[in-house]
Amino acid sequence: MSDGFRSHPLVQLTLLRLREFLREPEAVFWALIFPILLAGGLGIAFRGEAPEVVRVAVTDDAIAATLRQDPVLDVVAMTPDEAARALRSGRILLVVEPGADGGAAYRYDDTNPEARAARAAANQALQVASGRVDPVRVDDVITRETGARYIDFLIPGLVGMGIMGNAIWGLGFSIVDARRRKLMKRIIATPMPRHLFLGSFLAWRVLLLPVEVGVPVLFGRVAFDVPVRGGMIDLALLAMLGSMTFSAIGLLIASRAKTIEAVSGLMNFVMMPMWILSGVFFSADRFPDAVQPLIRALPLSALIDAIRASMLQGITLVALWPQVLTMIAWLVVSFIAAMWLFRWR
Amino acid sequence: MPSASPRVALRVDNLKKAYRDVQAVDGIHFELVAGECFGLLGPNGAGKTTTIEICEGLTPADSGVVEVLGLRWETDAKELRQRLGIQLQETQLAEKLTVLETLELFRSFFREGPLPAEALALVQLDEKRHARVGGLSGGQKQRLALACALVGNPDLLFLDEPTTGLDPQARRQLWDLIQQFKRDGRTILLTTHYMDEAQQLCERIAIMDHGRIIARGTPRELIDSIGIEHIVEFSTAGDVDLAPIRTMAGVKDVHPAGGFFEMQVTELHTCVPALVGELGRQKLALTELRTHSATLEDVFVALTGRHLRDE
Repeated sequence: MSDGFRSHPLVQLTLLRLREFLREPEAVFWALIFPILLAGGLGIAFRGEAPEVVRVAVTDDAIAATLRQDPVLDVVAMTPDEAARALRSGRILLVVEPGADGGAAYRYDDTNPEARAARAAANQALQVASGRVDPVRVDDVITRETGARYIDFLIPGLVGMGIMGNAIWGLGFSIVDARRRKLMKRIIATPMPRHLFLGSFLAWRVLLLPVEVGVPVLFGRVAFDVPVRGGMIDLALLAMLGSMTFSAIGLLIASRAKTIEAVSGLMNFVMMPMWILSGVFFSADRFPDAVQPLIRALPLSALIDAIRASMLQGITLVALWPQVLTMIAWLVVSFIAAMWLFRWR
Repeated sequence: MPSASPRVALRVDNLKKAYRDVQAVDGIHFELVAGECFGLLGPNGAGKTTTIEICEGLTPADSGVVEVLGLRWETDAKELRQRLGIQLQETQLAEKLTVLETLELFRSFFREGPLPAEALALVQLDEKRHARVGGLSGGQKQRLALACALVGNPDLLFLDEPTTGLDPQARRQLWDLIQQFKRDGRTILLTTHYMDEAQQLCERIAIMDHGRIIARGTPRELIDSIGIEHIVEFSTAGDVDLAPIRTMAGVKDVHPAGGFFEMQVTELHTCVPALVGELGRQKLALTELRTHSATLEDVFVALTGRHLRDE
């Protein structure tokens, strides 16, 4: 690296950004280490192993004996009192009691999907043991494909959330801090071209991107075999576009704020809805149809949907044009608005 | 408009700037001759910082003329930025950078100038070159700020309150550095609310108050202009009758000043014995007696009735 290169103002300004970041251990932790811990924790909690046996409480010996013939069920005999307590505390999800006409009754919470599954399994076992013959022959073909597990859903979500958080926090705090300390005013009192000051933030984000995106993706690949079907180049391009989009939004958020408190509030105000709505941890399809167009228009939804489609389904960038265009629109509008509003002192 | 002579480094004419309902700068004019250190002296809120920041091209003026090195901000901003060295009031440089890294950063903005290490030597921070900025003392930070102002080898140096908040030893050290810059032939515009600083460093001074320049000249001229050579401060055990003192020969004025009396005189060797004699006649014990030669502080008091440090 020659001295001429090192003494370019953009290089020096980018070095300033990198040094301020790398010499702040907390910032490095939250940006790089925390996502791995989060992905690891959630990946372990929702690992895609063979379905566990279903625990059911049975208050009648005859029914218990019948149900025990099915290996899927873990039958626990309880008194009605014990069973009621266990149900309340969530230790078991289904109680099978003697019912009317010598039959059985199921006691469970029908809003809990796992309880409904337990009921179906118990009922199947009971009916078959009592002589039911299914009229249609069915065969189960089990596939455990990577790409359909929760961890596969989660890693792209975390990558998108990380890109958003690092860009918005990174720019928001650095810019407002420089303004508050009057460092920005001091720097614009020199011949430095102002666009280089802003450019150094982009350069800093892009330089850290391989680590910020690479670490969780690599972690997912190594620890959980999460696929990158669309290829690293497409993923890198999406990450770059996302990072620039959120940098522009960060620039806009920080364009006028004079205190860290003010900018923190604004950043949370902007990011909070996207954490919830944009499908980081669970699918945005769960929200009502009426708000779907709104959710799809959020920049984080666009980024995460695109990364997910690329990584898990291998869909090409061309086919992802709605998401790409959504991000470009946010990028352009935020950047122009930020330039319009930006306060240099 | 004809260009000013090349000897004039800075020309300010009928400069005005208002913030909402406060007229921060109210029609001032002054000129800096190349090679001199010119001081804007005045209390906080006098309009010094607004004036210097207009000259630095950081604040737009409402009206008036500012010509820096024969150039104008409206047309020659790029060129001017290369040729000015600026130290702002209360800039906090990036704490995580080292001293040398900070200077490399600032040096990269300028076309030409000393190497970062050379600039460090100018402000005697060599031994701190690898220290983090956050760990420097107040005086060291201020010296680093000076070095940042010097890395472009400026033709004109703007120093806004360079020693505010420093302990006496650090101030003295900074004054030595500024004296050295003057010997190197640099042109400096300095603002301060310390009269001793202006007296020490500046060839010429403009005293500012409420956005106006109320007096100007060399420190000697300003002090001579109030016709007071010396100040005698005294206090007594008991009430003193000031009338006979006021009429003594060589006494310009005498008035109570917060727990003691302040007497403005032309000649110490006649007035002090006369004062002691008069107090003896009034049978009052002299509990305190101090004298000093008139300073710029006294000039300010004579012009405004207030002290520089009054808020």
